[in-house]
Amino acid sequence: MVVKRKPKASNATAALAQAPISNDQELAFYRDMLLIRRFEEKAGQLYGMGLIGGFCHLYIGQEAVVVGMQSAAGKGDSVITSYRDHGHMLVCGMDPKGVMAELTGRATGYSRGKGGSMHMFSREANFYGGHGIVGAQVPLGTGIAFANKYRGTDRVSLVYMGDGAVNQGQVYESFNMAALWKLPVIYVIENNKYGMGTSVERASASHDLYVRAAPYGIPGCQVDGMDVLAVHKVAREAIAHVRSGAGPYVIEAQTYRYRGHSMSDPAKYRTKEEVAQMRQEHDPIDLVRRRLIETLEVTEDVLKQIDREIKEIVTEAADFAQSSPEPDPAELWTDVLIEA
Amino acid sequence: MTTMNMVKALNSALDVMMERDPNVLTFGEDVGYFGGVFRVTEGLQARYGRERCFDTPIAEGGIVAAAIGMGAHGLRPVVEIQFADYIYPAFDQIVSEAARLRYRSAGQFNAPITIRSPYGGGIFGGQVHSQSPEGLFTHVAGLKTVVPSNPYDAKGLLISAIEDDDPVIFLEPKRLYNGPFDGHHDRAVRAWAGRAEAEVPDGYYRVPLGKAAIVRAGEAVTVLAYGTMVHVAMAAAEEAQIDAEIIDLRTLIPLDIETIEASVRRTGRCVIVHEATRTSGFGAELIALVQEHCFYHLEAPIERVTGWDTPYPHAFEWEYFPGPARVIQALRRVMGDAT
Ligand SMILES: Cc1ncc(C[n+]2csc(CCOP(=O)(O)OP(=O)(O)O)c2C)c(N)n1
Ligand SMILES: [Mg+2]
Repeated sequence: MVVKRKPKASNATAALAQAPISNDQELAFYRDMLLIRRFEEKAGQLYGMGLIGGFCHLYIGQEAVVVGMQSAAGKGDSVITSYRDHGHMLVCGMDPKGVMAELTGRATGYSRGKGGSMHMFSREANFYGGHGIVGAQVPLGTGIAFANKYRGTDRVSLVYMGDGAVNQGQVYESFNMAALWKLPVIYVIENNKYGMGTSVERASASHDLYVRAAPYGIPGCQVDGMDVLAVHKVAREAIAHVRSGAGPYVIEAQTYRYRGHSMSDPAKYRTKEEVAQMRQEHDPIDLVRRRLIETLEVTEDVLKQIDREIKEIVTEAADFAQSSPEPDPAELWTDVLIEA
Repeated sequence: MTTMNMVKALNSALDVMMERDPNVLTFGEDVGYFGGVFRVTEGLQARYGRERCFDTPIAEGGIVAAAIGMGAHGLRPVVEIQFADYIYPAFDQIVSEAARLRYRSAGQFNAPITIRSPYGGGIFGGQVHSQSPEGLFTHVAGLKTVVPSNPYDAKGLLISAIEDDDPVIFLEPKRLYNGPFDGHHDRAVRAWAGRAEAEVPDGYYRVPLGKAAIVRAGEAVTVLAYGTMVHVAMAAAEEAQIDAEIIDLRTLIPLDIETIEASVRRTGRCVIVHEATRTSGFGAELIALVQEHCFYHLEAPIERVTGWDTPYPHAFEWEYFPGPARVIQALRRVMGDAT
């Protein structure tokens, strides 16, 4: 099997992949993860207040995955993911205000209130959407990779999916096409142990998910998805590999979602202790915080300043969302087909 | 008799059938251990074991396809597609395989399967938790399509569906699971308890496929509805004080055209109400049939009240949802009252 094969890369890109991580970069990891955490907590609050309705899937606990991955990606690389998409959008540089406004169904949201939590997009940020249908984004991201290659760019397509999604047939159609056509695509499996209330053990015949692409000749690896540095390093190598034209790559990030699947979740499928243990012993933000203070000798003051900045951004986003107008009902009929 | 909401009634139907027939089994995403996201299969795994009530991977194509294979071999699988909006990965198997197995094998094989799925809006589900896809299935020869509107019918129809030797698409109006809903989203939520349709026999009984119910007798206009819209139509008729006869179709295919015809011949007017998008919806088929069967008795053009021809939006649930106000307008128009 081709698993855990070291990706091949040109000397220049290989060198880049080995470059040391600076303090500033670690601080950026911390900041980006904290932004997601606080944003999601606020979204949860607004939900509780009835300002967000319907389905809303929080990313809390998984922050290191998307931050580690995207910190290794470059401008113009595209991202596509599932409905658990708020973190991905923030890291792609989308405006927290517009994201929160969409969550609350306002005219100023990224989809003018018509998409909601699961369906937001930004052409500017190369963010090709949250997708509510489990697995649907995987072949779409494969097509995006095709277009990048066809148009002669060196941009790569980052395609995120959950551990539950890997059991959809269209994932394997994608793996085959991506390998067959050597497409510049990175499949990121965010293995948070559960698809709704079903554990990986009860849904998947094999529990190592990255090996699922191996029969197609796609190299892959597993990484501790609670450690942003580890994810970042793997991402750098993988992206260098894919950008060099060597074809697709799969990363399985082992992570954990702290909150319920969506906002109502009876949580009968796991114990409180399991969740508490992950939070206490493996929290991705705590891990970086400790490293910053203990190893990199960053002062508490510096971190507190970041905390304050993040708090402000999130408060501003929530205020913006709440003070934004509801969309005009005439919007109901726009953008169904192209308007003459 | 026990007072049941629709969830309990459906659960009871599955329980009764699993008890009676070892060939009946049920599976789907979070159906076994968890008992289904709407709790319809709660307790069945504990009662009948993991061989007969189990979880599946998230793979709707595989779930339905496996059920068809089981059915061809003589089992009677009941699968749950968690939301009707997730049925499309299985659409190929439903259309190309389940619907045609009997025909293409000249009756040697059939697919006696039931595909249960919650459908419809009113829960603020946005684009992928709100759709009403019944028209996609009624358009396919070889499928039966059932939509109950209350607990009593839900149980009796599900038992009939499971016993039926053809593939049945069984769409459950999710907004009715816990109580009737007449479209007045700004009023207090109601429960099923206290209503006659919530008095459900504990044991086996059937509500036959292909038999509509007249849920409100009237002389002025016939309203054809199913699922949630039965309750919306009832509210509209009451509020506008129109002597409407309301027919709950209960099954779309097979359709009880006799009951429809007899009513429209009497009233001379007809309004059709569904939540699904308008163009090529089941309402179009109903209009065609009513004019074929009742043309010389009609005194006004037939009206349709439907969802709009747009995806189900996140922010405009109640602009989209065809509530009582829209039904009243249509009733008034067919009654020749332009106000
Ligand atoms: C085709 C389809 N089937 C079922 C669902 C319902 N559903 C939504 S999320 C989910 C679990 C997905 O789990 P996973 O891929 O592990 O992602 P996670 O929620 O853990 O991020 C399910 C079954 C859906 N949205 N789409
Ligand atoms: Mg998961």
